Amino acid sequence: MFMTNVPQAFKRTSGSSLSRQGGIVSRRRELTEILFQGLFMLSAFIGVLSLGLIGFFVFKEAAPAIEFSGIGGLVAGTDWLPPALYGILPMIVASLLSTSLAVITGVPVGIMAAIFLAEVAPPLVVKIMRPAVELLAGIPSVVYGFFGLVVIVPLIEQVFGVPSGSTILAASIVLAIMILPTVITVSETSLRAVPNQYKEGSLALGASKVYTTFFVQLPAARSGILTGVILGIARAVGETMAIIMVMGNAPAMPEGVLDSARSMTANIALEMSYATGIHSSALYATGVVLLVFIMLLNATLMYLNRQTSK
Amino acid sequence: MSRNLRNSRNLKDNVLQGLIWASAVFTMGFLVWILFYIISNGINHVSWSFITDNYSRIDDSSGIWSMIVATVYMVLLSLAIAAPIAIMTAIYLTEYAKPGSKLVQLVRFCTASLAGIPSIIYGLFGMTFFVTVMGLGFSLLSGALTLAILILPVIIRTTEEAIMAVPLAYREASYGLGASRLYTITKVILPSAMPGIVASIILSTGRIIGESAPVFLTAGMVARIPESVFDSARTLTVHLYMLTTELYTQRDWDMAFASATVLIVLVLSINLLTRLITARFNKR
Amino acid sequence: MKKLFAGAVALVSLTVTSTVMANETITVTGSNSMSSLMEVLAETYTVKTGNFVEVQGPGSSAGIRAANEGVSMLGMASRIVQDDEIKENVHTVAMARDAIAVAVNPANGVSNLSVEQVADIYRGEITNWADVGGAKSPIVVITRDSASGTRAGFESTLGLTRKINGIKVSAIYPRAQVANGNGMVKTTVAHNVYAIGYISLGTVDESVQALSINDVAPSVATIQTGEYPIARPFTLLYRDDAPAAAMAYMNWILSDEGQAIVARKGYVPVK
Repeated sequence: MFMTNVPQAFKRTSGSSLSRQGGIVSRRRELTEILFQGLFMLSAFIGVLSLGLIGFFVFKEAAPAIEFSGIGGLVAGTDWLPPALYGILPMIVASLLSTSLAVITGVPVGIMAAIFLAEVAPPLVVKIMRPAVELLAGIPSVVYGFFGLVVIVPLIEQVFGVPSGSTILAASIVLAIMILPTVITVSETSLRAVPNQYKEGSLALGASKVYTTFFVQLPAARSGILTGVILGIARAVGETMAIIMVMGNAPAMPEGVLDSARSMTANIALEMSYATGIHSSALYATGVVLLVFIMLLNATLMYLNRQTSK
Repeated sequence: MSRNLRNSRNLKDNVLQGLIWASAVFTMGFLVWILFYIISNGINHVSWSFITDNYSRIDDSSGIWSMIVATVYMVLLSLAIAAPIAIMTAIYLTEYAKPGSKLVQLVRFCTASLAGIPSIIYGLFGMTFFVTVMGLGFSLLSGALTLAILILPVIIRTTEEAIMAVPLAYREASYGLGASRLYTITKVILPSAMPGIVASIILSTGRIIGESAPVFLTAGMVARIPESVFDSARTLTVHLYMLTTELYTQRDWDMAFASATVLIVLVLSINLLTRLITARFNKR
Repeated sequence: MKKLFAGAVALVSLTVTSTVMANETITVTGSNSMSSLMEVLAETYTVKTGNFVEVQGPGSSAGIRAANEGVSMLGMASRIVQDDEIKENVHTVAMARDAIAVAVNPANGVSNLSVEQVADIYRGEITNWADVGGAKSPIVVITRDSASGTRAGFESTLGLTRKINGIKVSAIYPRAQVANGNGMVKTTVAHNVYAIGYISLGTVDESVQALSINDVAPSVATIQTGEYPIARPFTLLYRDDAPAAAMAYMNWILSDEGQAIVARKGYVPVK
């Protein structure tokens, strides 16, 4: 934060000194300056405007469904039977269940892989692995879904002997792979940001290298790592296409991880292109619930960032 | 006693060390597995004619040319809309606005929030606002406008970082020579920040190529070369999704694998390009 | 094959003089089941006249809505369209008939079910193949999304509907997996020995087995005689003010030439 303030502070003083020499600067030039400043400022507001519009339209379109079923009927309703009942609790549970499972399996692997990159791996390996992780992040989710459909779904059928492999477990595995790059990249950056003195001090006290990594460096980097985890959760909750392809999309309350289920995102994508009236509105309401989850995550993230900058 | 302790400590260290290696191998393994599985199944079916033929339901050719063209149009149009706005926003935030002011905080908050919104919500919004309210229909333009908002935060943030990384001395020198603020920005700061900006644009290209849900909710899925921005378009990723929902014959599978292979090769090249540019940037 | 077809198209276009202005775009929206047939018709028509036909296949409900709102020139619904669903200036015409095939994996072993058995499987009352004469293993039920005309046709023929608060809703049990297209159902059934799904008869091939219902195998003949119980019409919807190009396209579909393509793709022509 301090670093970024330096050019800012400089720029302000130079800016005012410039206007003091107004006599030299031609009027037209001044006008252009003001015009462009206005243009830049206007651009900055497009982001604000977009967010406002997105929020406004999603909430506005969701209103009829909320009126029809009531917030309780939507959020706590267990039956999705358009055009009569629009309970999205099963979808909320499915989203949360698949996401938590993905986080439980993906995050430890991601953090360990980040430790590997930051502390263990020889430079040559880092040179290969880092672009590989970036590539993992760049692969379109449809490709992950396709892979899940043709590899992981049949694998689950074989391993668990279940009649259908399109399950929450399949979705969780695909999601766990998909959040790996986010967790790895952010965790690695924050591990590398831990001052070297911590490590040296710990090693000098006779702690082993592994002990130092896990009990000194990792705790020191925890807020950064937590940021990575939250970004990973956001990616998992918001993922759509890969989930549709591997989770079976049954709108019933899942009873276990080997059940087929429908996530909130899948609910929207599956039915949006044709739904009308209250049905369509109920899909926007699903979007509102999803937005609320994401906003909670964002708020946590901002709180964490504030804690670190203190 | 102390020997036992040391032994158990060694054991613990070894287990943890093992886990670290296992995680790294696991991550790399999955990547290699996915890439190998898709490319080995698809590469044999990627031919020149597969790429340059139009998609057809009545004869045997099911090439992907119209999807490639639609994808390129989508990328160019989205970038043409988003890049200028995002770069100007970044300039405003770094060069004009008072740091820490309410306004900067608001813009930062909104950009961060935009970055966190799931793409399906963008699809919902685009379908209501651009397709229906603005009456643009399922079109290239509706899709590009939606995707433009989606990539806005990415370009803003990376451009901001690139501008901040421009050495203070450049600015001092420019102002010292009596240059105006606008002149300094366009002739000094932007050129030095250019590699970073280009990298962010390539990064968002990857994002545009990879999106599917917000694209088919706003641009539709008609498989032909769009003739105007008001035509519906099917991008390569949407095409792959459509293919995976219609895997009837061995040929359908081959075509799906082949399309996935082309998509992966595209993403791979984009990643390589970004690395090349950032590497160059870091050298300076 | 390709050459033969191109030749046929060329021949036809020589004999039939096109009265329509070339290079117009005709938009058709609706049923997912109909869109694979419609895409073939559309492409043939484009080759023939130069008019481009844009086909979008999200589902029958979308087709009815598109025709009502005039968003699309023609609508498609793969089921009977009730009069109260459409505005006064919207009309319907059947372009083909289609059976809904109940499909299982070829390795399944079961080859015939009664209408009641199928209905009970979809209500979730029969959950094991052993109860209908198959192997002792659970049934994986695959259904379509709720906007599908195939689903609507399936539900209405088998009585798979019930009322909640006076509103008609589906009685298919919620644990059934939902696939968003004929292809997805077929893919799932083709890869899962325990799965059962229902798809348009026109899309059945060797990857899945279409069951006989009440000992009647689905075929063009049994649909025409009405012996095969699960059938529905492919309906086109158009408005009074539909552009001439769209009407010409619709008339072409209903002509001998269009109907020949309908028959060639495995559906039952209306003439």
